[in-house]
Amino acid sequence: MVVGADLGSRTIKVAAVEGGRLVDFKIAESGYDPHLQSLKMMKGYHPSRIIATGYGRHLAKRHFADDVITEIKAHALGARHFFPHCRTIVDVGGQDTKVIALDERGKVLNFQMNDKCAAGTGRFLEIMSASLGYALSEFGFEALKGKDDIRISSMCTVFAESEVISLKNHGTPKADIAKAVHISVIERMLAMLVRIGYGDAVVFTGGVAKNPAAVNLLQKRIDVEILVPEPPDIAGALGAALYGETETVKAPAGCTD
Amino acid sequence: MSGKDYTEMWKGLGLNLENHAGLLGVLSKTYKDIYLNQKNRPRAMDYFDFVISEVHGLRIEEILNAKKTGRKVVGAFCVYVPEEIVLAADGVCRCGCAGAEVGSDQAEKFIPRNTCALIKAFMGFKLSGLCPYVESTDLIVGETTCDGKKKAYESLNDITGKVYVMEIPHMKTAEDRKLWLSEVKRFRDRMEELSGKKITVEALKKAAGVVNAKRKALQRLSRLRAAAPAPISGLDALLVNQVSFYDDPLRFTEMTNRLCDELEERVARKNGMAEKGAPRILISGSPMAIPNWKLHAIVEGSGAVAVGEESCIGERNHRDLLDESFSSMDEAMDKLASRYLGIDCACFTPNNERFDNIKTLTKSLKADGVIHYALQFCTPYMMEAYRAEKAVAGTPFLRIETDYSMEDFGQLQTRVEAFLEQIKG
Repeated sequence: MVVGADLGSRTIKVAAVEGGRLVDFKIAESGYDPHLQSLKMMKGYHPSRIIATGYGRHLAKRHFADDVITEIKAHALGARHFFPHCRTIVDVGGQDTKVIALDERGKVLNFQMNDKCAAGTGRFLEIMSASLGYALSEFGFEALKGKDDIRISSMCTVFAESEVISLKNHGTPKADIAKAVHISVIERMLAMLVRIGYGDAVVFTGGVAKNPAAVNLLQKRIDVEILVPEPPDIAGALGAALYGETETVKAPAGCTD
Repeated sequence: MSGKDYTEMWKGLGLNLENHAGLLGVLSKTYKDIYLNQKNRPRAMDYFDFVISEVHGLRIEEILNAKKTGRKVVGAFCVYVPEEIVLAADGVCRCGCAGAEVGSDQAEKFIPRNTCALIKAFMGFKLSGLCPYVESTDLIVGETTCDGKKKAYESLNDITGKVYVMEIPHMKTAEDRKLWLSEVKRFRDRMEELSGKKITVEALKKAAGVVNAKRKALQRLSRLRAAAPAPISGLDALLVNQVSFYDDPLRFTEMTNRLCDELEERVARKNGMAEKGAPRILISGSPMAIPNWKLHAIVEGSGAVAVGEESCIGERNHRDLLDESFSSMDEAMDKLASRYLGIDCACFTPNNERFDNIKTLTKSLKADGVIHYALQFCTPYMMEAYRAEKAVAGTPFLRIETDYSMEDFGQLQTRVEAFLEQIKG
């Protein structure tokens, strides 16, 4: 068994694989000590190797992981496991949005990642849902009920929040604001997708892919199929585990990469 | 940081002693973590370590001693300011502090929040009384490279009363050249007035020799970095380039050549600084003023080696020599104008020379990837990043916008590591 641990900014995901098959996974809040939380989540597993990815990967390496890969490589491997021919991946996590382009063999050709800023990320949606008084789990469902005749124009989380407050104080229906917030996130994603280019389908991973409005609105704005793995947020952990497995298999053959 | 007590000197310059001690403490710790922890450094880096440990100490003392003998001190923030003219008037030329997030709250009383980190820093250093260089200058020479600097100099002049601005044209037509030539002459006259000394052809010739020797030493360092494995870390080479803006030029040239002698031996023995197969990265874009070591620290901490800086603190500063074959004042001014107008700053349009230079450097330094570095709100470089990427199409390219703060360290680390994964395949 090889385990992949994705220590993200909001949640930790662990995935266990055997012979290229996903045998178990867990998702939990990151908490204050992400490496301790990860260890707790892996209790009962007996991995031959642990590969860490995500924001806390280096912390994990100091404590328990055998090796690290970046979220970009991990999501590429994880997405290919679910959709073996995919060439484009959008991963929207807590603090980063990434768009990854792969070649036909799954190698990372190019990627885009937001600069220092929480606009268009999961964290942005979280702040906005709190500001509108929604539970995060219902935010997307409620947004789908809204009309789409208003826009949040600011790219900055702080200013966007002021826009939301002013809309609230104009008596704009809550669901309409919720929808506008989602549209602003999709616009950011779209800009990155267009810049990097996309092929026949786009795989949507990360916690934000659980949000029905995000998936639905992205699908409306793009002319190719949006594919969402189930569950979408373990793609990174799974990819890390798969990387660890191929490494172990490859090692005796003398491949050092 | 250093052994000697400079408190009286700093007090005399009007520095904020408590905050200044704090600044030096942070600098000293950062330097230790980033620089002194590197393995297998060239021995000749000892000198540059010493310069950093005395950057606000011994060097300032030297400058103040030079002032006592009647020499004038000129501060600048740009590679367009012709150092030869300052030296020919027996002046001392060096850069002001602009490489750390200092006094932003003070700076924002004069300039907007969304101003680039470098401008904010020189305003912040001055306003919080932390830059002994600015305090010891007789003249601060500004220039009209970008809107941010141009406007900030107006406020800096309100505060210090010492700012003189050179007009840099933004195109390179014959008319622009005429304007620039007159600006070079106007600066010569200003320096004569300031120093009370007549600038002669002989003095300019001597100055040209000194500055060209410095450029040649830096060029030599650049060429040595093309060796595989690279004989020196990008961090160390960046430091040498940064120090070139502060140090006494003669001593700097001697010490840099001494470093290069050692690097030549290393190249002959294939003694590399980085591990074998470490990806070689060219860094291109906005200047990295001392102590801005953030991107190099991330790149080299992730197992790659920075082999060049296509930057003002780097190639743009030393790529071109001044043609010393002048025998009259007019000829000297003409050659100076040509030398400095050749600089490929992003404030020019069009600026195709820069893209050619990036292409040439990528090839000559055998770079596996290019990281384009723009300070946030440094519009000219942010804009040129897109054309730079096209210029080296086929070479992995990563575009970064950041500032001096550490809050995006983790994100940058992820992007740089993923970029290196992409290069390694």
